[in-house]
Amino acid sequence: MGWRNPVVVNLLVFGLIAGSTVLVWAVPRSILAFMTFQASLLAVYYPPLSTRARMTYAALALGLLMPVLGTHNGYYMEVAIQVGIFVALALGLNIVVGLAGLLDLGYVAFYAVGAYLWAVFGSPQAGKFVSAAFGAFPLSPGWFFLFLALGVLVAAVTGVLLGLPVLRLRGDYLAIVTLGFGEVIRVLANNLDKPWNITNGPKGITPIQRPPLFFEPLLRAVGIEASAFILYPLYFYFLVLGVVVVVILVNQRLEHSHVGRAWEAIREDEIAAQAMGVPLVRMKLLAFAAGASFAGIMGVIFSAKQLFINPESFTFLESIGVLAMVILGGMGSIPGAIMGASVVTILNLQVLKGISLWLNDLRNAGITILGYDLANLPSQFEPAKYERMVFGIILILMMIYRPEGIIPARRRRLEAFHGTDEGSPS
Amino acid sequence: MDGLVLGFMYALIALGYTMVYGVLELINFAHSEIFMVGGFVGVEILLSLKAVGFLDPLNPFVVLLLIVLAGMAVSGLLAVLVERVAYRPLRGAPRLIPLISAIGVSFFLQDAVRLGESLWRNAFYLTYPSFAAFNRRIELGETVDFSVKSVLVIAASLLVLFALQFLVNRTKLGKAIRAVAEDQATASLMGINVNRIISLTFLIGGAMGGAAGVLFGVQYNTINPFTGFIPGIKAFTAAVLGGIGNIPGAMVGGLVLGLLEAFAASYLSLFTGGAFGAEYKDIFAFSILILILIFRPRGLLGEVVRERA
Repeated sequence: MGWRNPVVVNLLVFGLIAGSTVLVWAVPRSILAFMTFQASLLAVYYPPLSTRARMTYAALALGLLMPVLGTHNGYYMEVAIQVGIFVALALGLNIVVGLAGLLDLGYVAFYAVGAYLWAVFGSPQAGKFVSAAFGAFPLSPGWFFLFLALGVLVAAVTGVLLGLPVLRLRGDYLAIVTLGFGEVIRVLANNLDKPWNITNGPKGITPIQRPPLFFEPLLRAVGIEASAFILYPLYFYFLVLGVVVVVILVNQRLEHSHVGRAWEAIREDEIAAQAMGVPLVRMKLLAFAAGASFAGIMGVIFSAKQLFINPESFTFLESIGVLAMVILGGMGSIPGAIMGASVVTILNLQVLKGISLWLNDLRNAGITILGYDLANLPSQFEPAKYERMVFGIILILMMIYRPEGIIPARRRRLEAFHGTDEGSPS
Repeated sequence: MDGLVLGFMYALIALGYTMVYGVLELINFAHSEIFMVGGFVGVEILLSLKAVGFLDPLNPFVVLLLIVLAGMAVSGLLAVLVERVAYRPLRGAPRLIPLISAIGVSFFLQDAVRLGESLWRNAFYLTYPSFAAFNRRIELGETVDFSVKSVLVIAASLLVLFALQFLVNRTKLGKAIRAVAEDQATASLMGINVNRIISLTFLIGGAMGGAAGVLFGVQYNTINPFTGFIPGIKAFTAAVLGGIGNIPGAMVGGLVLGLLEAFAASYLSLFTGGAFGAEYKDIFAFSILILILIFRPRGLLGEVVRERA
């Protein structure tokens, strides 16, 4: 019986998932336990399993165990939803940066477009600039589903609009211009409270409608009475999960289609790609539109989930955060983007926060190490507040030591990453 | 006058971008943080002097000279360090790679300064002590007046700019820098130590940024770890406006952008009937950047940059 024996592998993976689930159930407050559960999901990716077994385990863990644990401890549900949102964003940015090689530093703008779209119409806000003749605002919750589609559409159009003027730019200029575009969207959101009050300026918009609990009568018929406090996180979790699954499928299809190959050709050598008959303009616009649309739909969900948005949720920091996820996982690699998004989000929401809490406990415990009273540990030293530093370190270290990412794209794994560019001689 | 002050500030920062771009074809994203660090060095020295009671007896002009020089030194050395750590290992990699690493450095420095200052002073929004001598206003006629410190900022910028111009065009070192910018391989065949020249370029560019940071603090009084971002982007715009890689271009671009922005800030709301006010001046700068990149990517004074895949 070797390690690669399918029965052994299956037993091990199953044991790991089941064991960590029990662990989380037993100690719901321990971050370490929840991280074991998250790590056990990796067990689905790495060992040699058949595709069907992998799918089964993933469905079991994400579709059944995670919701159960999330209801047990609501914070984990929040973490899972955030991870899902960022996975979709990272996959969207992965198309633009990873596949097509267009460095977009203003990606969060599309997310903002989606979020503001629903926020404006799904709250009384729209009544402030649309005449009452067009109907009463907020729109009824049922419109949410139409706005999911609209979010995709509007974000894609925004992507094309941004893409059109900047397509001729070389990579590094493109990066700066997209950065500027991201800032422009944020400044607009901040200032469009006059002459017409569209975004309500820095104060933000609230309350935003949540999607309807259309299945509630059904649940009641089966005899389940659940409060909205339990239902909504579950609902958003499955909504996000569903969108993520769709996004992954679309991504895979795109990557292996002629469109995906055209993107990769553009990334490797624009001029050669053009010579081979790749329509540069159309393909680049398509990359922008596809990447933007994922952010758009997630923006709609985000605003419905948060009930409140303001321009501060859509800063340059967020764009770089998503970029760090893509880079960490591996540019152009779908499992990489998923992994990167999960790791960075969990790092931010759990690990750093955990360390902060732990430091706080140390401070209060009154322990003295080497004559230094830990109660004097400065309270400014709180890792959870230093996202930028974390992102920065990730970006620098990954670029220097492993530019192809944790899970490199298959194509990159096959070719030597360094020295593929004929760039400046050193 | 505000426009001129702003313009010289942008010109000083833009030089850092343009010099680095000239030799490495890299947008040194961390330059805005080099600038910010310069500002912090200035305020730290002033606050420390004040704490020991040395600030008031000293001549304010001597103090200004001191903090500008200190800011230049620290920022210049920091820029060299950044190059050594984050850019040199990546030389020869595809061009997006060092750019991403530069963004990382920029973010890292922002939080490093924030952490350092919060530990040290328990605050990271710091205020420059003001000098009565600098705030005095000089009146020229009924409506035109300006403060002494504006004049000082402009004079200091001009001094630094002329020194740089002399250094690059009249000295052997400047010749070496220009040679490396032209063609690294050939320059190294001619016996120029390319790595040393690149380090020196970062030193000079960083020093310019540091000087700008100190002057920025003196002019606008407050500084925080995130001050660098917007002036950084605008200075980059200025560099592109003047033609990136081109030193006189960066100066011209900085001045033009500063003046345009000051005019936009004062007249935008007048022209649009109050609908769009000064809060859109940032968008204004970005629009200029995009327009320039689309219609005249080589800038006002730039030469044609050859296409590199």
